[in-house]
Amino acid sequence: MALIASLVLMVMDFRFQQLQYLRNSLTVALHPLYLIADFPTTAGNWLRDTASTREQLQSSNELLKKENLRLLARVQKFESLQAENTRLRNLLDASLKVDDRFLIAEITSVDLDPYRQQVMINKGSASGVFVGQAVLDADAVMGQVIQVTPLSATVLLISDATHSIPIEIVRTGERSIAIGTGRIDSLELPHLPSQSDIEVGDVLVTSGLGGKFPAGYPVANISSINRDNNSGFAQVSATPTAYLERSRQVLLVWRNDQTTAGN
Amino acid sequence: MAQDQSRIWVVWLSLLAALLLTIVPIPSAIEIYRPQWLALFLIYWTIALPERISVGHGFLFGLLLDVLTGTTMGENALSLSLITFVAYQAHKRLRISPYFQQALSVLALLFIQKIVSFLVMGITLGMTTATSYWISPFIGTLLWPSIFFTLRKTRRRMRVR
Repeated sequence: MALIASLVLMVMDFRFQQLQYLRNSLTVALHPLYLIADFPTTAGNWLRDTASTREQLQSSNELLKKENLRLLARVQKFESLQAENTRLRNLLDASLKVDDRFLIAEITSVDLDPYRQQVMINKGSASGVFVGQAVLDADAVMGQVIQVTPLSATVLLISDATHSIPIEIVRTGERSIAIGTGRIDSLELPHLPSQSDIEVGDVLVTSGLGGKFPAGYPVANISSINRDNNSGFAQVSATPTAYLERSRQVLLVWRNDQTTAGN
Repeated sequence: MAQDQSRIWVVWLSLLAALLLTIVPIPSAIEIYRPQWLALFLIYWTIALPERISVGHGFLFGLLLDVLTGTTMGENALSLSLITFVAYQAHKRLRISPYFQQALSVLALLFIQKIVSFLVMGITLGMTTATSYWISPFIGTLLWPSIFFTLRKTRRRMRVR
């Protein structure tokens, strides 16, 4: 009985999306377990913050002020460039969505299945998070939200074997798809012909095609190319730019057109 | 729970603790060697209280494990149902067998979970796994004596029947 039930469940979960409701409600019911598992880290962070000395706070404050100044200077330049860009695009009669809206969330230190590249974050549908939303860290794209409950959400990382992301090679503008390998430090680009113009170190950014990820965010760097095979396609691997293992804080992105749609 | 003489809630609590042990953060370098806590606890309770713990418990907690760790729904429900079923069938032999033999049987049971997950991942993700994938059952077996004695002590002290 139980065997048949679990087989049916597996097939349904894999083929259809109808189990999402059951999974969501069970996740909500199990939320206390996540909280308990996360507690040591949260308490440790709190203790460290509370126990830090005045000098430490002063020096970090100093550092942050400098950083802020540097970033403000860059923003000034960025704003003029953005204005210029919009003007030029207006001339070309093309619309551009800049100004994405962000929300900062924290990755809870809970270990999910080590063979699936997923993490759990501490913001959920109560904060407006939705399934399919793009997730970034300070440097690059991390993944997308695959499940939301009111207080938490599960993020599928770009390195998961079931994840693919449409990308563009910055240097040449060539478009392709980067597929996760299940290993945290590597992506594959299986659809590039062997004679295509790529080099080790090329930067890949999101192309914005497919509508899930906003365009222009860094994804990965090409790490190795093997053209010597008979398939006609090059074997290309890339290293994700985001610190998939180490990031603690992530950014949830709303593209301009999604802000009003909300959910 | 004064009227509940069997104190079965101790079992439920320990299984929840096993779920917690499964998601508690440990350094990612040793994460793949994490013992299969839930399977180990379920095996113990099936051997100790075969008339109380059924395949249904394996199924339910397997499902919770699936939800908790984000695996395909039913993956661990299937393997843990299988484990409780086999452990139930063999509980009389397992109870009287010497420690070494018992540990070997536990190793075989733990491998059931690994094999099921291996097949499911192979089908759904098209992914093969490294050799290190197969190490955690051995670690679980090494821990088995301590789990066995701890849970037996708990069971006797709390008079779970």
